[in-house]
Amino acid sequence: MSVLVNKDSKVIVQGFTGSEGTFHAEQMIEYGTNVVGGVTPGKGGQKHLDKPVFNTVSDAVKETGADVSIIFVPPAFAADAIMEAAEGGIKVIVTITEGIPVNDMVKVKEYISDKGCTLIGPNCPGVITAEEAKVGIMPGFIFKKGTVGIVSKSGTLTYEAVDQTTKAGLGQTTAIGIGGDPIIGTTTLEAIKLLMADDETKGIIMIGEIGGQLEVEAARWIKENGTKPVVGFIAGETAPKGRTMGHAGAIVSGEEESAQAKKRIMKECGIHVVDSPAEIGKTMAEALK
Amino acid sequence: MNLHEYQGKSLLESFGVKIQKGYTASTPEEATEAAKKLQSETGTEWFVIKAQIHAGGRGKGTVTETGSRGVVLAKSLDEVPEKAKAILGGHLVTAQTSKEGKKVNKIYIAQDVYYPGDNEPEEYYMSVLMNRQTGRNMIMYSPEGGVDIETVAEKTPEKIFTEEIDPKVGIQAFQARKVAFNLGLSGQAFKEMTKFVVSLYKAYEGIDASMFEINPVLKTSDDQIMAVDSKVTVDNNALFRHKDIAEMRDKTEEDPTEVEAGEVGLNYVKLDGNVGCMVNGAGLAMATMDIIKLSGGNPANFLDVGGTADAKRVEQAFRIILKDGSVKAILVNIFGGIVRCDRVAQGVVDAYKNIGDIDIPIIVRLQGTNAEEAKKLIDDSGLAVHSAITLQEAADNVKAVV
Repeated sequence: MSVLVNKDSKVIVQGFTGSEGTFHAEQMIEYGTNVVGGVTPGKGGQKHLDKPVFNTVSDAVKETGADVSIIFVPPAFAADAIMEAAEGGIKVIVTITEGIPVNDMVKVKEYISDKGCTLIGPNCPGVITAEEAKVGIMPGFIFKKGTVGIVSKSGTLTYEAVDQTTKAGLGQTTAIGIGGDPIIGTTTLEAIKLLMADDETKGIIMIGEIGGQLEVEAARWIKENGTKPVVGFIAGETAPKGRTMGHAGAIVSGEEESAQAKKRIMKECGIHVVDSPAEIGKTMAEALK
Repeated sequence: MNLHEYQGKSLLESFGVKIQKGYTASTPEEATEAAKKLQSETGTEWFVIKAQIHAGGRGKGTVTETGSRGVVLAKSLDEVPEKAKAILGGHLVTAQTSKEGKKVNKIYIAQDVYYPGDNEPEEYYMSVLMNRQTGRNMIMYSPEGGVDIETVAEKTPEKIFTEEIDPKVGIQAFQARKVAFNLGLSGQAFKEMTKFVVSLYKAYEGIDASMFEINPVLKTSDDQIMAVDSKVTVDNNALFRHKDIAEMRDKTEEDPTEVEAGEVGLNYVKLDGNVGCMVNGAGLAMATMDIIKLSGGNPANFLDVGGTADAKRVEQAFRIILKDGSVKAILVNIFGGIVRCDRVAQGVVDAYKNIGDIDIPIIVRLQGTNAEEAKKLIDDSGLAVHSAITLQEAADNVKAVV
């Protein structure tokens, strides 16, 4: 079944005609994603990459029946774009934009809470269902249809896990990049729940990092409700306390937010925790035996 | 971005938060001028002289050169210049600084607000921050002020209160009253506290802060409520709409190499180890640091070159890493997705040639798009660069050189 996106998803691109939007829309189309159009305010009525451009998300939804949106809008305007997508009836909103002010996201989270949509990100690589639909910026060629679901705060670490599971002959169902900001739409736990409920997914890889409580929350749920093996990695064991490590959310504010503490709790909850990211694929293959 | 006490206070005051007043000075003469001005405006007889550095624990900290504390009391105008001199230009060591301490370029001359009166002055704690569990801002406060709040949280957690703010409607009057009641206030002080709380929260939203810590909030002997200290952190991502605050950045408080890296768009954090690293992506960069540690080395830095690891950026990144004399080896770890590995490899080769005398081993691990071509490019370059494709190979290489 896969989760969130598949070959039937109708995808629009917000920030379609900008350089990022253009480049990645082309890549997504090449992967086989059903991109039905895009939104750039003021450019409605034009064609871009042979697809229609709309002024508003509502227009795009009305004309194309789009149910998924990917956002490449610059940080100052990204919160507005997310709210527009939610209001316009989009069901899965994938936000790639990095650097959205936290207070904007506090408002967005509240605004979208009763709109019946799922927000992925911001500051994430997106979502991909292998060999069906890529709604993101990940390199498509490393993915292979298979049985492993991936949830990750980090882009390049996702690619690492994908590459290793592909080479281990396992392949992937859906990889969900949830993003590294302090406020994100879909949490580790919510993504894990989706994959636990997905029949095609036989094992789950959970990649986290220092900061926040998302991995701990997911681990506790897995302990009580998990039905599939979960391999976990937490980046940042050597990161100093109180410093932000690239991702705005990657900062240890209290002892329980450190990599060590998270890994300890994950182990207690029955997750196969690896200390080196080089061992993710191998460990998953063994757990699935 | 962190602000100095005096900068934070001026922002708070602009939102109607009552503060302990003061002026900054960079010389003992300016300190005297500031004190005179303060005396004529507030009538204060005593003056508090506070070192302005980005670190807490100043009152208990020591200025290495003179032995002075970082916060001192001058009981007359005459005492001001000498006490100011003992702090200015010195290095203040506190529980939160390195053992070299931080150089004090500015001091803040503040009014004495602990004057005697009808009631005993009382200190409270208050902070505003985002609760990552709920995605909402909250006010955290305690009747135990003026002390280390982490100790309070550990020993008497029942004395820490929180009040979460609904983003739809912002802070409400009943919430401010709840804070004031929980702090045990009544009468004039109660009224002042409710105003203080509302103004403080509005300031937090107004300047796009990511953390406020006011410790202590003081109830004076005549029932005024004011901020005696301010620790303010502003959300870097929101600085684009606060040009005035962006200008408050004090680069002398930051590591000079980090400042330089930031100027060329590299995300760099200096650490204490001996193996430098250059990585694309924050998560992989942290994981690479962890791998260095697992291989028996210690990471010398965090460095995310981002999505466009072209030749120019690679060279800039090398130059930044090499500024750190304790670096004994460098690990380049790139997962080429959109970035093509052969381009990065060419960048490494060019940088190596351009920089010249790099006399430490470099391990380059390139995986993803065109990884094989990249490995060949490096192996054929004739340079003393070790190439690897899998993470495990890279880790083994690190182990071999450290």
